[in-house]
Amino acid sequence: MEKFTRLDALVAPLDRANVDTDAIIPKQYLKSVKRSGFGPNLFDDWRYLTPGEPGQDHSQRPLNPDFVLNQPRYAGAQILLARENFGCGSSREHAVWALEDAGFRVVIAPSFADIFFNNCFKNGVLPVVVDGAVLDRLFAAVAAQEGYRLQVDLQAQQLRTPDGESIAFEVDEFRKYCLLNGLDDIGLTLQRAEAIGEYERRRRQEAPWLFA
Amino acid sequence: MGATLYDKLWQAHRVHEDADGTTLLYIDRHLVHEVTSPQAFEGLRLAGRKPWRTDSVLAVPDHNVPTTPRGQGVSDIVDPVSRLQVETLDQNCKEFGIREFTMNDPRQGIVHVIGPEQGATLPGMTVVCGDSHTSTHGAFGALAFGIGTSEVEHVLATQCLIQKKSKNMQVRVEGQLGPGVTAKDVVLAIIGEIGTAGGTGYAIEFAGSAIAALSMEGRMTVCNMAIEAGARAGMVAVDQTTIDYIANRPFAPRGELWPRAVAAWRELVSDPDAHFDRVVTLPAEAIAPQVTWGTSPEMVVAVDARVPDPQQVSDPVKREGMRKALAYMALEPGTAVQDIALDKVFIGSCTNSRIEDLRAAAAVAAGRRVADNVKLALVVPGSGLVKQQAEAEGLHEIFMAAGFQWREPGCSMCLAMNADRLEAGERCASTSNRNFEGRQGAGGRTHLVSPAMAAAAAVHGHFVDVRALETETR
Ligand code: SF4
Repeated sequence: MEKFTRLDALVAPLDRANVDTDAIIPKQYLKSVKRSGFGPNLFDDWRYLTPGEPGQDHSQRPLNPDFVLNQPRYAGAQILLARENFGCGSSREHAVWALEDAGFRVVIAPSFADIFFNNCFKNGVLPVVVDGAVLDRLFAAVAAQEGYRLQVDLQAQQLRTPDGESIAFEVDEFRKYCLLNGLDDIGLTLQRAEAIGEYERRRRQEAPWLFA
Repeated sequence: MGATLYDKLWQAHRVHEDADGTTLLYIDRHLVHEVTSPQAFEGLRLAGRKPWRTDSVLAVPDHNVPTTPRGQGVSDIVDPVSRLQVETLDQNCKEFGIREFTMNDPRQGIVHVIGPEQGATLPGMTVVCGDSHTSTHGAFGALAFGIGTSEVEHVLATQCLIQKKSKNMQVRVEGQLGPGVTAKDVVLAIIGEIGTAGGTGYAIEFAGSAIAALSMEGRMTVCNMAIEAGARAGMVAVDQTTIDYIANRPFAPRGELWPRAVAAWRELVSDPDAHFDRVVTLPAEAIAPQVTWGTSPEMVVAVDARVPDPQQVSDPVKREGMRKALAYMALEPGTAVQDIALDKVFIGSCTNSRIEDLRAAAAVAAGRRVADNVKLALVVPGSGLVKQQAEAEGLHEIFMAAGFQWREPGCSMCLAMNADRLEAGERCASTSNRNFEGRQGAGGRTHLVSPAMAAAAAVHGHFVDVRALETETR
């Protein structure tokens, strides 16, 4: 996993609540057995005017000019602003793979769906929860000022705006540690192999039917 | 203070806990399907790791499989990308020594249907799958939740997950459901009440006399959609209904283990003095058959109601969401739900494809005909065994005589990864769980309903109130 420490990047606004994982990456792309290559199909149904299929050359499909992320001023954005309950729906990690593949490393929203939130941390993407009033201000600032950027400092748990304001955010200690160091948590868990084995021996006595 | 069912399940599976509550949680049952597992197996291979406990894993292809005749096996999957995904599952299971019900095994079916059907889902277990509807298995007094592909790999490699405990919510449905009102209506009404993010950060226990009165099929329907209320896990306490369902299933404990297991399972209830962080109560009598009108399961009304008007809503984000949904669904505010005409009907999915669901739909379809404006009415059983049972009861003949198509088991038009789908602009009455934009096919419009409501919509060509149907002549 790629480390995440700090980022200074362009911000793109997606002003919709309940953006679901089917919208983030439609099901036909889940047929891939790979972990990469989902970027061109991020928000596929909103982004293009024609339906898409895996394997197609997506650069040839007509773009929907009304979709906000297609506006040239947001090209290269790495921070996405969104509304409540971002990433609701399925467990598909492809949703995070698509965001990451399209260049996004941070999603800022007032709330996230649990599984999506969790999946972000496994892929070096930082979901940042800010309250509604702060978010409204950020949306307004992005709209008002072309090229609006934010600094994200994970160590300090702060967003910094161009006019010098600092916005603190919460992040779970363990997840922060993994993200800062780009750690694979399977390796960490396997350091506890003995405790797992111990647990299994005890459970086998208590509830042998679980091991049939 | 007493413990909730969730507290007890959590406590029993803790391998290690850090000071900040980060917990290593042991996983008893790992269900695997073809869509969310290939990258996890690849990860194991790249790291040179082996599965920790292969006997805990059960795999099945369900999302991509065709529901049309498939006697030739995997080569009957026309789409090469889908075929490769199913073949990849077969190969991975072979390579790593994992038990799989392959596509033409009679036990194959939707992963959330076959786990309980086989007795592979047991009370007191932790059950995970790379699929958000894993919450279904909570109906058995199990802690069951969906995980991402990285976590699938983590469970394969370590038999554990790193988790933090959720908060406790109880949703009580008290009283008696009216005739024609089913578990699907109950869960849609709950989501309508608390919203699609209402359960975020919680594990929900469904309780109350109306839940206790449900069959296991009904409880699975309710828990299935806990995720649609934002909760990763939904569950129901163990009672005699649970135990009777499990007895004699292939993976269930036998011999001297059975009474021991049953004694342990009886403890899987919330203590009377347990604390819930949030309690929501719904009177069962107030629940009517439900129909969703929008692109989120919380956009739901009773069948005798009208499509709501965004103008009446003060919250601007919500109002805008409703406007977008109505535009996508091509519906006008104020339209009577029963005036909405349909192009297709889908009876199936892990929410409503079990034998009880098919019986309810067949009871409505019997002696009637699918309306002319309905181009396709599909019935897709949840598993090969459900299909066998339904055929033994003659349900397939009822459906086919009425003009429904009777198909092979799989996820089918619930998410349209196979050939079963809506075309752009088509409107569907569906017994599945998600009405998101494009869910059943790009541009398709989905209305979520119960199996009886779907069958009634098929034979009338528009939504009708199943409660009024009994008196009508066939
Ligand atoms: S039936 Fe639908 S919701 Fe259930 S597992 Fe299959 S695709 Fe997912």
